[in-house]
Amino acid sequence: MKRVDLEIVGVGGQGILTSSQVLGAAALEKGLDVYMSEVHGMAQRGGVVVTTVKIGDEVHSPLIGKGDADVILGFEPVETYRAVEQASEKTWIVTNTQPIVPFTVSVGNKEYPSIDDEILPSMEKTTDRLVALNAEALAKEAGAAITQNIVMLGALSATEVLPLTKDEMMKAVENQVPDKFIDMNLKAFRKGFDKAKELMDSK
Amino acid sequence: MHSSQNEQDNRYYSQLGNIPMLEPTTPQEAKEMVKYGFELSEKLELPVLVRTTTRVNHARGVVTFGELEEPDDKGHFEKDPARFVAVPQNSVKNHPILLERMERAEGITEGSEFTYSIEVENPELHVISSGAGFNYIMEAKEEYDLPISILKLGMTNPLPVKEIKDHIQGATRVLIVEELEPFLEERVEALAKEVNPELEIYGKKSGHFSRLYEYNPDRIKAALAELIDFEDETESLRPEEYDLPSRPPSLCAGCPHRATYHAVKEALGDREGVFSSDIGCYTLGVQDPLNTADILLCMGSSVGAAGGFSKNTDQQVFAFLGDSTFFHSGLAPLVSGVYNDHDFVYVIMDNRTTAMTGHQPHPGTGKTGMGDPAPMLSIEELAKGAGVEFVETVDPYDIEETIDVFERAIEHDGISVVIPKHPCALIEQREVNWEPYQVNQEECRQCHICTNKFGCIALVREGEKVIIDETQCVGCGQCAQVCPFDAIEQEGKE
Repeated sequence: MKRVDLEIVGVGGQGILTSSQVLGAAALEKGLDVYMSEVHGMAQRGGVVVTTVKIGDEVHSPLIGKGDADVILGFEPVETYRAVEQASEKTWIVTNTQPIVPFTVSVGNKEYPSIDDEILPSMEKTTDRLVALNAEALAKEAGAAITQNIVMLGALSATEVLPLTKDEMMKAVENQVPDKFIDMNLKAFRKGFDKAKELMDSK
Repeated sequence: MHSSQNEQDNRYYSQLGNIPMLEPTTPQEAKEMVKYGFELSEKLELPVLVRTTTRVNHARGVVTFGELEEPDDKGHFEKDPARFVAVPQNSVKNHPILLERMERAEGITEGSEFTYSIEVENPELHVISSGAGFNYIMEAKEEYDLPISILKLGMTNPLPVKEIKDHIQGATRVLIVEELEPFLEERVEALAKEVNPELEIYGKKSGHFSRLYEYNPDRIKAALAELIDFEDETESLRPEEYDLPSRPPSLCAGCPHRATYHAVKEALGDREGVFSSDIGCYTLGVQDPLNTADILLCMGSSVGAAGGFSKNTDQQVFAFLGDSTFFHSGLAPLVSGVYNDHDFVYVIMDNRTTAMTGHQPHPGTGKTGMGDPAPMLSIEELAKGAGVEFVETVDPYDIEETIDVFERAIEHDGISVVIPKHPCALIEQREVNWEPYQVNQEECRQCHICTNKFGCIALVREGEKVIIDETQCVGCGQCAQVCPFDAIEQEGKE
């Protein structure tokens, strides 16, 4: 099989490391090789988090070259945009549209760009493979904002870019989250999956 | 990841100290090498250095475990002063023994299971590599079917001189792939003089690689593209370049450190403070708008540096360090400060845990690292025991009270110890479920004191308006205390 390289980006506290681990566990369960890396700043919350997940028969390195990502899974729109240089026109970009405004904007040094007028149109111009959804809103519908990482995994699953089926992914979610939150997370997964399907079908 | 002052290459320590060294490339190899390292250490009666760089440490991969052996954790110390007591009469005899052990290590490094070569017929280029760089060269070789022969080194002190000589003997060109300093490159240069003086050696000195930062697939492919016929055809997406706001790490919403810093600055008023910081979440005081970290070197340095400043300047000096760091390295400089008549405010920010690294216990928490009950050491009693006259504990969530304590601490002559004590917000939030706050836009005068002086990450500016991001707000109420117009309110409360 061809190796699939994912770059997952967002903000500390959004559950990025957990979602990477769900993917890793699903790949491992299927007997595939998986190699991951993580860059998180010195803060528990609030800073940029970047992880890579590479899945294949044999994976040699944990990092992704510029333009080489098969998927950018972005949990925050500005962070997705920052990661775009890892993408080519073949790359799937699955992004949350809910912003988390960094404090550099709030203390008045910088402007947060417009998501609807700048960020999304700019990405649409260069790739057809864009899925943009409000994962936080869907997560709240599923029961709690904290499940937005699983909403994102559901949306990712709908692109069918991974060598993992929807069921295999959901099984991994079940195995990785605490028992009492399984139902809520599976609901979140389905919401992300359905929304992404709907967006892709309407194109 | 660049959280140290420099990117020192620890491989030189292995030469300096006559220490055998292993360099893993992957998580699996890291596990194998640590196990082997213990065996090697027993065999040679020497310490062994397992040297890693960023992308070995911050990587996860599939690791196959072996059988877990029964631990033998009860030893018996066999006295042997001639070996263990480093007085001159013993040391003079131990140096030749050390060199003899390293000679034995030279026999072990040749043929090590961690050193191997990947050969092709008629290679266009030879490669010698160790550590994380090897992963990218392997990936490029497989992906583009490159005609290169690679010698991958696992034990790099002592080096397997014979195997390196064999690899370069018939070669015309060799590329050295190693992160940081030209450690292998210089040794290969020396060996090439013996066996292949015409060999062209590429690496840092030829400008193909840098001594800076970690390697990645792009840097490896760029170097290869200059040496062999190969092109990386991937085009990166380059839409418009927006001036994106940066997102540096910051203190969490509800973090008690933010209140402490705010109180210190309020207590100082127009006076200038020198803020000597330390290693922990509270180092993030360096960011806007708090700016409460002026100098930081290493763990425990805040206190010693503050003492120096207090002796040699007329400025008001503060040392900031956390509870965990206090137990680790804050006691000795406290004793020194009392003894040497230093005059500064020693702020021990007690959030009841080791927060930055993931909430590990410490001697003040009443738990061991394994979660068993342990004596709970008192920071107050330790400070008093060292002879400090001013020792006060305060809950930083009460900002007014905290300002008052700092005002008195500043006035006090000599070291004053202030212990702002409140659990890490991430831990407290597991127990409580407070309603988020909101900005009452009718009361808000848009003075921006909350964003520009206090700066909680849940406070968001929309033009001149300030709103509270309810997903981030934990309901701690610190900002409501800071607002001079009482415009910040909790939902359902007046």
